[in-house]
Amino acid sequence: MKTEKQKNSHMYWNPYFGGFLLGILILFTFYMTGRGLGASGAMKSSVVTIVDTVTHSHAEANEYYSKFIKDNESPMNNWLVFETLGVLIGAFISGGLSNRIGWRVQHSPKITRKRRLVFALGGGILFGLGAQIARGCTSGAALSGMAVLSTGGFITMLGIFGTGYLVAYFFRKNWI
Amino acid sequence: MGPLIPNGVIPYEWSNIIAIIIGIAFGFILEASGFSSSRKLAGVFYGYDFAVLKVFFTAALVSLIGILYMDYLGYLDMSALYVHPTYLWGAIIGGAIMGVGFVAGGFCPGTALTSVAIGKIDAIIYVVGIMVGVFIFSELFTLFQPIYEGSFMGNITLMDSLGVNRYWFVFLFTALAIVIFKLSDMIRKRTKKIFY
Repeated sequence: MKTEKQKNSHMYWNPYFGGFLLGILILFTFYMTGRGLGASGAMKSSVVTIVDTVTHSHAEANEYYSKFIKDNESPMNNWLVFETLGVLIGAFISGGLSNRIGWRVQHSPKITRKRRLVFALGGGILFGLGAQIARGCTSGAALSGMAVLSTGGFITMLGIFGTGYLVAYFFRKNWI
Repeated sequence: MGPLIPNGVIPYEWSNIIAIIIGIAFGFILEASGFSSSRKLAGVFYGYDFAVLKVFFTAALVSLIGILYMDYLGYLDMSALYVHPTYLWGAIIGGAIMGVGFVAGGFCPGTALTSVAIGKIDAIIYVVGIMVGVFIFSELFTLFQPIYEGSFMGNITLMDSLGVNRYWFVFLFTALAIVIFKLSDMIRKRTKKIFY
């Protein structure tokens, strides 16, 4: 019984099926809102909100935070924040249906838990920084940009995957 | 005629509700495709799992072709859609930094969120990292400002930059994707299997 469960939890959709549905969803999103999907935007809104709450004067003086602060509404009142809440709910439903929910650190057996967490933190910092410089992440800039043939979207996509392949060798111990 | 909310067909007040519904579908699709697993995602860089490549390019092509058809049939005004602006060096440098972050952390922001939802602690740490990254960028904004705001080329598309025909481009891009999908299957067969 246990092994059965274990097996099921690693059964994922056919990637072409998932990709097809994701494409339809992007199409639907453009049809509804005129824009694409996003993911890093909500994290930016969270950072702006935290800094604004802790020290309002500092956030107002900073040229970047102040772009997103409005007098009468919270930076969290944003399309992307609601979309992100949905992402968490949707992933929780999917994970729940396939027995994938549980607290754990996923890492290669060749590395320690600590090493995995350190690299996750470092990778996150870099991704957060890069997503601000490129004005969007894999979802907002690359995927949604490609759907409307945006030049910037294609360049960002090539930048992410191109560099990924270039540096993959140096990080191989973490994964293979 | 679409887009529905900007054209006032659906009242603006509905937009946050639609955002949650779209988000739920987005999260469900990503998680069900296996994108909550960093080891599956990283496979694309080492040749043992090409799910990222297949999902990503299939999605891009379906949405590209879908938008062209909907515009052709008069359901959607393609010129009213938001085109991600092109800041040449911002896109290159930002993309390169994200590429390193992707291989180091094994996630991108959207996939990390789906992984947070099913309780992976490494993904939670990764999202904290993203927020630290945003914080560093904002605090050092004057340092990054020249890249962030420089080399602005407008909301241009590949039609403007390459001077190609939209329909031919999408056709050739589709053909290229099919070749890449086939190649990726061949590479995966030669790569040592990784169990995760």
